[in-house]
Order: sequence, then structure tokens, then C-alpha cells
Amino acid sequence: MSVSEMFAALQAALGQDQDIREEIRKVVQALEQTAREILTLLQGVHQGPGFQHIPKKCQKAREHFGTVRTQMESLKTKFPADQYYRFHEHWRFVLQRLVFLAAFVVYLESETLVTREEVAEILGIEADRERGFHLDIEDYLSGVLTLASELARLAVNSVTAGDYSRPLRISAFINELDSGFRLLNLKNDSLRKRYDGLKYDVKKIEEVVYDLSIRGLNKEATVGAGGEK
Amino acid sequence: GSGGFRKRKHDNFPHGQRREEKENVNPPSALMTSFKSFQLELDSRHDKYERLVKLSRDITIESKRTIFLLHRFTSAPNGEEILNESEVKLDAVRRKIKQVAQELIGEDMYQFHRAISPGLQEYVEAVSFQYFIKTRSLISVEEINKQLIFTAEDREETTNMTSSSHDKHPPTWSLKVTPVDYLLGVADLTGELMRLCISSVGNGDIDTPFELSQFLRQIYDGFTFIGNTGPYEVSKKLYTLKQSLAKVENACYTLKVRGSEIPKHMLADVFSTKTELIDQEEGLP
Repeated sequence: MSVSEMFAALQAALGQDQDIREEIRKVVQALEQTAREILTLLQGVHQGPGFQHIPKKCQKAREHFGTVRTQMESLKTKFPADQYYRFHEHWRFVLQRLVFLAAFVVYLESETLVTREEVAEILGIEADRERGFHLDIEDYLSGVLTLASELARLAVNSVTAGDYSRPLRISAFINELDSGFRLLNLKNDSLRKRYDGLKYDVKKIEEVVYDLSIRGLNKEATVGAGGEK
Repeated sequence: GSGGFRKRKHDNFPHGQRREEKENVNPPSALMTSFKSFQLELDSRHDKYERLVKLSRDITIESKRTIFLLHRFTSAPNGEEILNESEVKLDAVRRKIKQVAQELIGEDMYQFHRAISPGLQEYVEAVSFQYFIKTRSLISVEEINKQLIFTAEDREETTNMTSSSHDKHPPTWSLKVTPVDYLLGVADLTGELMRLCISSVGNGDIDTPFELSQFLRQIYDGFTFIGNTGPYEVSKKLYTLKQSLAKVENACYTLKVRGSEIPKHMLADVFSTKTELIDQEEGLP
């Protein structure tokens, strides 16, 4: 092969790569749109009497996740199945966002931490790389950390809305989450940076709990709401 | 002193045990169990990444040494020796690449690509340099990858392998240099070829510069054809490539214009002064 023939073949390969990325970008855009819709929907729980609406919001969110699953199916077809990490950067951000949203819904429903497998199911993907388009563990952990920040905010707004028991439960949840994260040996990457933010979330919630306890409001809550979970 | 009465922070807690675990008389929660498994998964991933980084560094070092060796090649009698020695070195590099391939069995290569890419680029540079010296042509990426298909070398490797399939074929590992790594390696090759041009004049070889000029021009045309359709790192190399080509073209010009009037043994001086000036102008490190 002559030099020019070699470069022509290389250019073709690069061009093909670009085409694939273009297709992926389109689907990712659609996913980002759906994610924005879910986020807008769920943000409403921070508003005053929105707590009665929580179950309804969760239900609506789950319907939106149906759209996510369809879009994921489409995404899976855009590239060779064994080259997930070649194109991973394209959907990394939206996937982390979707993990957060799934985790938020599950927390609002059951006040537990959604597992990797559950998220994968909600999003219509696999939990294991071997089985196909999967959820990378670092993306799962990133999404969970975003949930922590959201719950810190929810703790604050719960108090404002007159719910004095929720912050106590959030506090227990976040502290356990923090213990879990402390087990991890992280490298100096974006996950590590995001994890560094967790201590501020923990602190914020501790302050809320403190504010409630010195005013005796937590006891009020315990009596009124039927005790902590 | 050691006899102090002051209670230390850790006295209440056995050394090394976390406070949280001590408070949990119950078995660890589902969440903690999950995170323990995440810890193992991440540790294992990071360890593999580190092993690959180390291999990549070894590959880089040995490839660079091969390039230095090849610069000592001339058409003098010891040239054959140098080529043979370079082959021995490159075989050693390929054995390292085989270890990379073995680490990547069952893995998605792209997950660890950043770890091994620098080494592979350096290898491409070295092997294509050797190929040019031998054949005066550019090695293809297919040819490179053909040499990166490995089989089990000895019985020890075969018995250590857990074969999931019972076919009669010997186990093989392979690594494919990606088009981008190939292009980046070839771009770096042009820098070495430029140096080869300068040194060949010093050796009294006035044919090589013209051959190199033509060869580099072909490569430059290739990169121009690719333009910006590749990733940014490829486009970035284009600038340096153009400079290498310019140096070689200027060398040819000097030889053409002044080659007949200057004795051969003085050519090198005229030549190197001019290129030194160019280097200084560009403020090269």
C-alpha cells in the first residue's frame, strides 16, 4: 500500500468513527431532554405543601423513565456492543444525571438507597458489563453523591415547610451513605472531587438537625410523626 | 512521656477499628455490604490500571532506546549489527505488549486505553523508524498489528491459562494499535526522520535527505488529507510535522545550492549552523 492509500484508509476509519459519534450525540440529546423533564418534575417536592404530591410525582417520573428506556434501546444500537468505553464519554454525564433522578425517586418512595441493579432496571440497561450496555460503577456513585446534595437541600426545605421529622431521617440516611463512601479508595479524579462535596452535605444536614433539636422541634416531630424509621 | 495519664482520642476505640463499625453490633447493613463490594471492585480496577501504566512506561523507555540505537545506523558495516540489535529490542517491547494484551483479556480495551496509549505510540514510532531504515517505506498499521498477535510461548503459560473453551487451538492474545495511536506515532516518527536527515549529512550521506524529503512530503500530504476529521491530538501534531518537513526541505535546498561548492566534510558545519538558527528562532526547549 502506498502512503496515500494508507492515509485514505485511516481517514475512512476516522470518518466512520465521527459518524458513529454524531449518531450517539443525537440520542444523548434526547436523553438529556427527558432527564430535564424528570428533574423539573421532581424539583417540585421542595415546594411547601408538595409533600402530599410526592407519590404522584414519583409515579409520573416513573412514566418518564419509560421514555428513557426506549431512548436507551436506541442508544445501544448506535455503536458496536463491545466498544462501550470507546464512546462512554458521550453519555457519561446524562447517565450520572439519570442515576441521580432514579435514586431520588426511589428515596422519595421508600427512603432507601437504590441499588445498582435497581437503577439499571429503571434505565433499561445492564448492571454488568458482560451482559451489554451497562452502568459503570463510578457513574452510579456519582449519581448517588448528587442525591446527597439534593437531600441536604430537601432537609432544609422540609423544615421550612413544617416537616420536622424528615430531616432526621435524611440525616440518618446521609450518615450511613457517608460511612459507605469512606470505605472507598478513590483516585484523584472527578468522582473523588464530587465525593469531597459530601462532607458539606453532611454538615448542612447536621446543622438542620441541630437547629431542630435545640428548639425541641425534633421531639415534637417524633411525637407527631410516629417516631423515626 | 509514655507514662502520661492524658486520655488519648483512640483509647476508647481499639486501634484500627472504625467508630461506625463498633457502633454496629448488628451485621453490616445492605448499604455497607454494597459499598464494601464497590471498594473491592474499584481497587481491582485501579490496580489493573496501574499495572498497565507500568507496562506502558517500560514500553516507552525501551522503544525510545531503540530509536536512539537506530540513529547510530549508517550504511557502514556495523549497520547490519545495529538493525539486528534493534530487532532484539523491539522483540522485548513486544513481549511487554503481550503482557498488556494478557491483562486486557475479558476487558474492554478502551477502558484502559489512556494507560497504554503513550507506550503504544512510542512503539509505533520505533517500529516504523526501523522499517523505514530497512525498506525506505512506511509500515502500515495492519503490518504492525500482525506482529502483535501472540501465542503461548512455553508449557508454563499454557498450564497457567484457564481455558474456557476446549478447542485445539493454542491460546492467543492480541493487541490492536488504534488508528489514532498509529497516526500519533507516525507524526512523532517524522521528528526522528528530520533528525536522521541532519545527521546523515554529517556522515557524508547526501542522498538520504532527498529521500527523506520525498517521504516526509507523502506523510504530510496524508495528514493534510485527514485534516481536522481526526481527534484534536492528531491536528495538534500537524504543526510540528510541518516544521520537520520544512527543516528537511531547507536542508535539501542547502545541499542543492551549496553542495557543489563546499567540500563534503565541511557540509555538515554549514548545515548544522543553519538548522541551529532555526531551532533558536522557534525557541525549542
